[in-house]
Amino acid sequence: MKTQRIRNLSFIEHSGRKIPKVPAQLHLSDWIGTAKVRCGIGRMNYAVDPGLYAVGDPDGDSPVFVSANYKLSFDALRKELGGLDGWILVLDTKGVNVWCSAGKGTFGTDEIVNRVGIVGLETIVNHRRLILPQLGAVGVAAHKVKSGCGFSVVYGPIRACDIVAFMQAGMKATDQMRQVRFSFYDRLVLLPVEFVAGAKYVLFAMALFFIMSGISARGYSSGLALHDGVRSMFNLFAAYAGGAGIGPLFLPWLPGRSFSFKGLMAGLLVGSVLALLGLVGSGAEKVAWLFLVAAIASFVTMNFTGASTYTSLSGVKKEMRVAVPLQIAAAALGLGLWIIGRFV
Amino acid sequence: MKGQEYLRNVVTLELDSDKCVGCGLCVIVCPHRVFEMGQDTAVIVDQDACMECGACGLNCPAEAIDTKSGVGCAYAVLKGKLTGGEADSCCCDESDSDCC
Repeated sequence: MKTQRIRNLSFIEHSGRKIPKVPAQLHLSDWIGTAKVRCGIGRMNYAVDPGLYAVGDPDGDSPVFVSANYKLSFDALRKELGGLDGWILVLDTKGVNVWCSAGKGTFGTDEIVNRVGIVGLETIVNHRRLILPQLGAVGVAAHKVKSGCGFSVVYGPIRACDIVAFMQAGMKATDQMRQVRFSFYDRLVLLPVEFVAGAKYVLFAMALFFIMSGISARGYSSGLALHDGVRSMFNLFAAYAGGAGIGPLFLPWLPGRSFSFKGLMAGLLVGSVLALLGLVGSGAEKVAWLFLVAAIASFVTMNFTGASTYTSLSGVKKEMRVAVPLQIAAAALGLGLWIIGRFV
Repeated sequence: MKGQEYLRNVVTLELDSDKCVGCGLCVIVCPHRVFEMGQDTAVIVDQDACMECGACGLNCPAEAIDTKSGVGCAYAVLKGKLTGGEADSCCCDESDSDCC
């Protein structure tokens, strides 16, 4: 994996070794990089080199913070460490963030033991303590790190922005620091990536409906395709926006607990607005759009479970057993009615 | 989190209080405050809030916690069904939600 260059890197001498020192302030290019990644551009290739870095002016007694080599995670940490002197041990998590790589096990016990050995951490610091982000615990067994390399693990706060308060409190985290959130803003920044993820399927469906819109009992007419097709494309896009936008953004306020139900509600909302705007045609086509929009929005919001911070696998499987057959049935019915609508 | 409670009574989390040594690590690592320290052992106080991430079980030195852990991701479950594999954490790449 190609790694990103860190701007304004310098070097410090410690224990007879040259160690790269990163600034605690982000460079303009770091912010631009973050913005691009948030939009889904080059997101899978946004890594920094694993290894040991210095921030501030650390010595042998300074704390060691462990991070992932996803540049967003790394930047989030170093930006918050301003004013602290410490070491950052960057693991090779294949350019994936802490929580997700911990789920895969790449941010894990073996990699920590391995990386501590590679950088020779015992020759750098006098203490034997690593501070990990709490969410790293999904991939790390603290007692096994201790037996593996002699370093004990202290789980720090979940969010890098709490790290200074955590250190000042004598490495004690408040209950709030230990609880994962999923705020409106958290969901908002995920939207562009979610939108891009499913875009190719939606564009394909839109193109298909555009072409099919030319079909009628009188044969094929490109004029009809243009007239009805644009409307069809808009409706499909609105359904997708309902599932990928309204569903995630208004998650806590949409009724129900399962994501597919919340998505259904978002879909019904979108469908009603489309009907009010007179975009759903009449007769069979009207009913068709109701089913299609509901099915699409429900399915798309259901897929937001993966990005959410509180859905369990058991719960997701349970809701899917009910929702997926219904979504398929609704979509098939909607498509059938829509085709019938072309001929009546 | 208000308005962010997932399905009830589905979670596979189990705590064997006979094995628990009371180290409190599960209380620390849980991102949803499912555990609290009781008299001598940890106790589950909010079972339904569990997202089965598995951090508690992995960090329990006494192996007192059992979860069928995994990532609650519909896309991964679908992909697993379609390709015949187990539900994996693959779609997790799409989320950066742990960053501040």
